[in-house]
Amino acid sequence: MSAATAPVALPPAAAPAPKRQLFIGTALACVAGTMLVGGMLAIWVLLRERYLTTGLNGEVIDRFPIGYVIHEVASNVMLMTIWGLCLFAQWAVYAGNRGDRAHTGLALGVSAVFALAFINAQAFVWSQMEVEIADEYYGALFYAMTGTMLAIVVAGLVYTVVAAFRALGGRLQETEILSAHALYWYWAAAAYSAVWFVVYVTK
Amino acid sequence: MTTIDTHTDDAGAVAGTPSAVEAFFVGVADWVTSTDHKKIGRLYAGFGLLVLTAAAVLGLVLGLERADDAALLDADALLQTFQLYRVGIVFGGIAPLALGLAVAVTPLQLGARSIAFPRLALTGFYAWLGGFTLAIVALGRNGGAGGGDANMVDLYLAGLGLAVIGLCATAGTVATSVLTTRAPGMTMRRVPLFAWSSLIGALGMLISLPVTFGVVIYLFIDHRLGVQANFLGVEGIGSWLHWALSVPAVVVYALPAVGVAAEQVPVAFKARQALRGVMFAAIALVGITALAAATQQFTQEVTFDTDGETFLRGAVPFAVFIGLPLLGITGTLLLALGTMRAGNGRPSIRAPFVFGILGLLFVGAGIAATAIMNITDLELISPDGTQFTVFEEGATLLVVYGAALAAIGGLVFWAPKLWGRVVPDGAAIPLALLGAAGTALAAVPLLVAGFLDQLGGVPSSDADVARLLDTSGVDGAAALNTLSLVGHGLMALTIVAVAGLMLKTFTGSADDADSADDDNPYGGHTVEWGTTSPAPAANYDHVVTVASAEPQFDLTHDQTTDQTIEGSQS
Repeated sequence: MSAATAPVALPPAAAPAPKRQLFIGTALACVAGTMLVGGMLAIWVLLRERYLTTGLNGEVIDRFPIGYVIHEVASNVMLMTIWGLCLFAQWAVYAGNRGDRAHTGLALGVSAVFALAFINAQAFVWSQMEVEIADEYYGALFYAMTGTMLAIVVAGLVYTVVAAFRALGGRLQETEILSAHALYWYWAAAAYSAVWFVVYVTK
Repeated sequence: MTTIDTHTDDAGAVAGTPSAVEAFFVGVADWVTSTDHKKIGRLYAGFGLLVLTAAAVLGLVLGLERADDAALLDADALLQTFQLYRVGIVFGGIAPLALGLAVAVTPLQLGARSIAFPRLALTGFYAWLGGFTLAIVALGRNGGAGGGDANMVDLYLAGLGLAVIGLCATAGTVATSVLTTRAPGMTMRRVPLFAWSSLIGALGMLISLPVTFGVVIYLFIDHRLGVQANFLGVEGIGSWLHWALSVPAVVVYALPAVGVAAEQVPVAFKARQALRGVMFAAIALVGITALAAATQQFTQEVTFDTDGETFLRGAVPFAVFIGLPLLGITGTLLLALGTMRAGNGRPSIRAPFVFGILGLLFVGAGIAATAIMNITDLELISPDGTQFTVFEEGATLLVVYGAALAAIGGLVFWAPKLWGRVVPDGAAIPLALLGAAGTALAAVPLLVAGFLDQLGGVPSSDADVARLLDTSGVDGAAALNTLSLVGHGLMALTIVAVAGLMLKTFTGSADDADSADDDNPYGGHTVEWGTTSPAPAANYDHVVTVASAEPQFDLTHDQTTDQTIEGSQS
């Protein structure tokens, strides 16, 4: 081709794609969530230590109200459920990377079912323990801590639904949301492990 | 996946010529719904300046109450006024001001077309604005710590929680932007100092603000539904949240301002930043203060004993939470001095430099005062962090007002990029000096009064208020508090004057003398000075490629020529 017939300049280059923006954003949200759960557990432990020796009026009291029975089966099942959920979230990543639409949808669907199971188990624990929220010092602490954990799981459930819509709505190749979604559930499982140990095991 | 906003609202022209009324509503709608980070950042900063002005006026009024028995305010309103003042300067003032500047400028500095998650940044702004407004309303109707109306106490906590979530969400977008939207070639070592300090500040907020939110959740549930036994009832709210309104926690909000100041020195002295990597480390060390905030620490009791165990238990957290930030701010100042010495020719002392360097000095003084406050033998604060002198308020004011001065310097500096005008030095430099005088007068007398045992802190009950106002046993308290109230007045005057000056340039026409004809009127070194003034909606007309930490400086000094900024022109 001669210089006289050279083509005009190329169109402007596209803007560079952000580098794993959703994944990094989710990771930062997990950092903030860690501080939230960690800070609340720290206050729980601080108040528990105070009540180990003396009550509000100086009387000797038990650190865990005698009248309440923790349903350890349900709380342990919640722990297994949320770690099992991570397995399915990771399966969604694996299937998404292979372009396997059916298995991605199945994995995300099972993840959502597990999240619902967790919520159901938490409701069961609440109903069986029958902790009065206005009961001495324990009720407000218990519902604040377990309620925050439940909100984290509900947020994860919403994340799963959004990931499913995006992955199954024709954007299966964009697997970053699946990785970010899995990261969120790994963090939620770790957070619940800490809550489980402090609230249900050491009481 | 991309979450970059495409600015569709700026893409097409409106058919026909709208009337003045239509143009007004279109303009308002554009501002309140825009996902342009420059507009979101200015909304944050504008409201932050507004609240900071109001808080400074409240500081003036409370200073009058402390200086004599004038009794300007109704006795029943004093408790809420004290809280409004402290919540105002921190969560309503410096936090949104610093964060707004970071939102407005950081993507420009990164060579990015937009901030990460722009809709989340806007949502964060509205959450903060709505939450803070609710908190103000609740305080105005007998809410807050020690408030008499239980519903308003709940509303105060809910509003505060919402505001904290909003700040947290926006901080997340800033940090994600720095980590993911840098221009090709801009490695982390080439990130501008302000963008770096914004990253550290945003991470600090993400570490400390959720802890505040967790406390608010406990307090809300305990007060609303519980028996108010764990957290000492309605009066305990103040003591459980005091740490979030005081040093060292508030230093987190000063970090972007430290970056503004650090950025001004190389520009003013026409030199490269000396020991750039060390400067990065110094700013990061200041960010360690977030750990003090996250652990809700006021003070660490350093006591010598025979086996050293007690000493280590106090000395290690003291060194980490207080010593490292002090080392960081000292390092920042020394490196700034080093850059000054390496300057080429006569320095260009402009308004942003004056604002920035004065602000940095005050923030440094505030961190130093925090270290002094921790020497428990001085009895400026009780070892368990429950009793305070006004020294604590003085140290907090040094950090907050100092950071506000530096942040204002940042708005002045980047005004050409944000709204296409240069704020005139002739008017701005005297205002910087006035603000510095105001900061010194507001804070230093309180530091002195702290040594004279004048009680301080955020009151949680009417009894606390009575103790705070009782200065009968403090020699010279009237004079010191009078000086402090004058300082608050000068600071309020400074902010109003600077805001008016910026508004005047903002609403001026393109033919005005302050129109930024030169795209780089201050001789800035970083990549944002290569785009037009004001920057277009997508920040750059071309894809920027960076090959240096100071590309504009390289271009003007003809060292690596046009390799430092490359673009595929549209």
